[in-house]
Amino acid sequence: MSKKNKKTVWICIIVCILLAIIPVVMLQGAEFGGSDDAGSEMISEIDPNYQPWYTPVLEQLIGGEMPGELESLLFCVQTGIGCSIIFYFLGRFVERKKLGREDNSEVL
Amino acid sequence: MTKKEGRWMSVSIAAAVYFMFGQNALAMHIMEGYLPAGYCIFWGALCIPFLVYGFIKIRRIVSENRRSITLLAMAGAFIFVISSLKIPSVTGSCSHMTGTGLGAILFGAFPVSILGIIVLLFQAILLAHGGLTTLGANTFSMAIAGPFVSYGLYVLGKKLKWNQKVNVFVACSVGDLFTYCVTAFQLALAYPSETGGVAASMVKFLGVFAPTQLPLAVIEGLLSVVIVIALESYATPELKSIGFLSDTPVKGESVNE
Repeated sequence: MSKKNKKTVWICIIVCILLAIIPVVMLQGAEFGGSDDAGSEMISEIDPNYQPWYTPVLEQLIGGEMPGELESLLFCVQTGIGCSIIFYFLGRFVERKKLGREDNSEVL
Repeated sequence: MTKKEGRWMSVSIAAAVYFMFGQNALAMHIMEGYLPAGYCIFWGALCIPFLVYGFIKIRRIVSENRRSITLLAMAGAFIFVISSLKIPSVTGSCSHMTGTGLGAILFGAFPVSILGIIVLLFQAILLAHGGLTTLGANTFSMAIAGPFVSYGLYVLGKKLKWNQKVNVFVACSVGDLFTYCVTAFQLALAYPSETGGVAASMVKFLGVFAPTQLPLAVIEGLLSVVIVIALESYATPELKSIGFLSDTPVKGESVNE
């Protein structure tokens, strides 16, 4: 990776982290609920009588709302699956380049 | 397009038209159960032709060269990761990004519809996030409308000879923002305000989504640039095989027809 690209990557990552952290520090005491929930609040504001007509399958299955801890576990699983795929292949790409076999070897 | 593929396309378009207009009602993710049934069917039907063509495209990309499978998997995985991260934003609430822009600039908009719906299904079934009834609407906003804007902007930027990284950044972040604009529109259409109609509701919903999403769109753009830089540095043969990098410079299309 060229020096210039390396610099760009670092700047990008640092800006991302800052963008995520600054609101938490600036807005002390904010709830940081999901904006999906804000959407449903807005709906009940426009039409106070609206009732959701279907509940998520999983909530039907376990007979209630999913506990927050479990939900964050499943979100982590999702992140984990994605990251393993991306970085498995990226790792192989990097190694392939190191070995100088870019043009005649596939990674899959 | 082969004959068989052509037949599938026409069937899917016919089905879409039938379900969209056979109804009396023309009908973030929209929450399960929060969109009236008519709208669920309308948006779902609208997605069908895109999904079928996306599927045809993916099959062709994969069968034409095996090298592209890795990139396809990575683009899908990127959506998986990005859309699972709920990130705090300036409005004091959290939202997540879409991640579909990257796939769109690599493969074009259609294949991303398939990648996107896989993620949405995962979230709807396992995470009670989004929903099965609202799957059609969410697929349209996140996996079709957003990617189309990203792809369009990317091609345009290339024509205008923008800096490649700036181009990727703009395409991905605007695509992300556009997804949420479409979501706001879908909600506004289903819940027109009594006083101002659809437009007034649209402003309200946009007011909820847009400020939250703005910084997140920036993050999405930056992360997409990082991935593109990584791929360009280490996966040149793969990028060439899908036509993203060409051996001969300047080529407008990023998808092999």
